[in-house]
Amino acid sequence: MKANYGYMDGSGEYYITIDTDHCNNCSHHGCITGCPKGMFQVITDDYDDEVAEIKEEFRKKIKYDCADCKPTTDRPPLPCQAACTPGAITHSW
Amino acid sequence: MAEKEFWRWKEYNWHDENIDWHGCDAITAGVDVGSVSSQAVILVDGKLYAFATTRTGSDSPKSAQKAMDWALEDTGMTLDDIHYKVGTGYGRVNVPFADRAITEIACHARGGNFMYGNSVRTILDMGGQDCKAIHCDERGKVTNFLMNDKCAAGTGRGMEVFANLLSVPIEDIGELSFQVEKEPEPVSSTCVVFAKTEASALLRKGWPKNKVIAAYCNAMAHRVVTLLERIGVEKDFAITGGIGKNIGVVRRIEKELGITALKADGDTQTAGALGAALFGKALLEKSRK
Repeated sequence: MKANYGYMDGSGEYYITIDTDHCNNCSHHGCITGCPKGMFQVITDDYDDEVAEIKEEFRKKIKYDCADCKPTTDRPPLPCQAACTPGAITHSW
Repeated sequence: MAEKEFWRWKEYNWHDENIDWHGCDAITAGVDVGSVSSQAVILVDGKLYAFATTRTGSDSPKSAQKAMDWALEDTGMTLDDIHYKVGTGYGRVNVPFADRAITEIACHARGGNFMYGNSVRTILDMGGQDCKAIHCDERGKVTNFLMNDKCAAGTGRGMEVFANLLSVPIEDIGELSFQVEKEPEPVSSTCVVFAKTEASALLRKGWPKNKVIAAYCNAMAHRVVTLLERIGVEKDFAITGGIGKNIGVVRRIEKELGITALKADGDTQTAGALGAALFGKALLEKSRK
């Protein structure tokens, strides 16, 4: 399942997409420690699979919470993407 | 004199008098406590037996109880007769009698699959205070979803605000929106407050109510189509939630997408609770194995 967390507003679309099919075979959950803001958590979803998600309290302000990892110049790889070895995480902006 | 509430939509309950639930193997219920409305659905051996749809109050547990009590009314059934109960919606964790809480995204996909048939792949749930674009497989399992709950644009609450602003009963908005000579440009689609301000200005300018309603329905349709386009719209396409009953918005979404939405065999507002009751049936069967 592709789970999109975030929102669109007058300034654009801000979504983090987690392809939870990749979470099924992941045991180390690098996303949890990889994100400096601690935005990720692992839960048992509605289908009883263990998957990563963005915590509720971050979903309506991810543009601002992710800003530190997205400088306008010299953008390094995003820590959450680098930590997610199955490659489940993408950002829309 | 009490002020007339134009936003107030019909609250009602129903049960199938032809079904005798006594001695049935699986009685399951789903309760969807949304931000604006609450629904309870009861299934008897997987068949729709009863439902109720009512306004959500300030207290989620009481709203859940009210919806369930109303669904049970005149059935002779009590809460204890129900084998498995699932809570869903924004207040799902506050349903005191629920055996499990499941997200409304999964429940709308499952409910949409039941209501529209297993060919449905894209479901747009236009709820009271959020809007969800859901892609699902032939079993009603979610494969992709996107939710917008940051603002009320494109939601039922936004439509209620407009019904009150224009003093038009909410049930009449869809039909009235077509009574215009030419389709107007949409008002602001990013914010209900801006849209309301814009609509007030248009009314002062002399626009008839119908034209303002058409402009808002147009804005709402455009707003949700951008959501749908992000996940990709695949046939068959269906709309659940209260706005699914507003043809002014539904037809404009269809026009913008170039796809006709499937027609519901039932009340689109109950899709979430229906999905929850279906989850309840599956979980009951699993627990008995």
